[in-house]
Amino acid sequence: MASFGNAFSSSIGKKLIMGITGLFLISFLLVHCFINSLIFVNDGGLTFNVGAHFMATNWLIRAMEVVLMAGLLAHIIQGLRLVFQNQAARPVKYAVTNGAANSKWYSRSMGLLGTILLIFLVVHLSDFWVVSRFTGIPTHDTAGHEDLYAVMIVRFQTPWVVAIYVLAMISLAYHLLHGFASAFQTLGWNHKKYTPIIKAAGVWFSIIISILFAAMPVAIYTGLIK
Amino acid sequence: MSTGNMNLTLKIWRQKNTKTNGKLVDYKLSEISPDMSFLEMFDVLNEQLISKGDEPVVFDHDCREGICGACSMFINGRPHGPKEGITTCQLHMRSFKDGDTIVVEPWRAKAFPVIKDLTVDRTAFDRVIAAGGFISVNTGNAQDANSLPIPKVQADSAFEAAACIGCGACVATCKNASAMLFVSAKISQLAQLPQGQPERYRRVQSMVAQMDAEGFGNCTNTGACEAECPKGISLENIARMNRDFLSAKFVSEEDI
Repeated sequence: MASFGNAFSSSIGKKLIMGITGLFLISFLLVHCFINSLIFVNDGGLTFNVGAHFMATNWLIRAMEVVLMAGLLAHIIQGLRLVFQNQAARPVKYAVTNGAANSKWYSRSMGLLGTILLIFLVVHLSDFWVVSRFTGIPTHDTAGHEDLYAVMIVRFQTPWVVAIYVLAMISLAYHLLHGFASAFQTLGWNHKKYTPIIKAAGVWFSIIISILFAAMPVAIYTGLIK
Repeated sequence: MSTGNMNLTLKIWRQKNTKTNGKLVDYKLSEISPDMSFLEMFDVLNEQLISKGDEPVVFDHDCREGICGACSMFINGRPHGPKEGITTCQLHMRSFKDGDTIVVEPWRAKAFPVIKDLTVDRTAFDRVIAAGGFISVNTGNAQDANSLPIPKVQADSAFEAAACIGCGACVATCKNASAMLFVSAKISQLAQLPQGQPERYRRVQSMVAQMDAEGFGNCTNTGACEAECPKGISLENIARMNRDFLSAKFVSEEDI
């Protein structure tokens, strides 16, 4: 009987899982960033709360939330396994290495950047996701929607919280700077015409997404958004 | 015989055999000519060690023309030393300065155990080739040059992949000790030519399985291998290998 054999446990299969889940998480970032950017309308959160209400109640979004958690877990678990396996592939380390001569530091530090993001996610999910899904949002805005915006405003009055978010977004930028184009290479999508476009898109995506996300806590803390 | 004026401090990995632990040992060398190759500098050192009754440093070398892939030193944190597109035998002492300290280590990977000093066992590469890096037909006499038309672009790309000399610099420099650049080159040189087609999807599965069994790490696309490869083997080959492997696993109905 024909089977997929070692398709997923092989070295290329493990990369495939990282690449596909990575691209899926990128698509999530795009949606998340778009909805959150509604705070920049700066209307006391009325528009943002409509977006948040939609995300919390739409059945397709809720179903995708389960897929998202599965994808995120797969990315984290597989990523950590790869880090340990790859370290084991060189039991005796070099006394001197000069990685800067042949590769980017963030390409060599995906495990570290990912771990920073994982720690950030614990903070971030308990800040907002747990509140909106489980413990409940305490107040409603003037249009009658649950006021997630108010929760944000309160949270980002604390300087160290803002600092954690900004640092995490710097990590995200570098993680994506490698990960975006790398995912396509892993899937075998290397092409003389498309690869330069993918690489450029990856750079722009990493920078724009990270700046937009980081601008949210900063704008709230500095009072630009009330 | 040395007539130069360079004074150097070498820190060289000395290891008796696979089972014992090694360590870096300091050696002072004087009157080294900048026109010597790196291996000739090692010859001078070994002459001195032998005349003192010490054990000479064991290192791999063969053609000393940059085409065989035997030499394999990790010099100051880089395979084949500081220059690009060359093997250690083509590195000359003019690439260093008088008074420099040079650290020389063997390739380090679980799949490349140290045999002695700077020599490592690279037969893992041979076993990967033996797993599928061939075509199982009797080719017979040389055919007419144009009996099998191959587009120029494809022929060039296959030839560039075939330039791999199997030195192992890609494994040595990869932070994951991954052999994907080597294996993908050996797959690509056949996958792009008509003679390689019948076994194309079998080959990629067998060779990747052997590569994994040897204990090489997993590629994370840092690009270090491509940058350090003395023959300029491209990352495009790794993408081609991934493509062929995934097609073989998810499209082909044949089990390997």
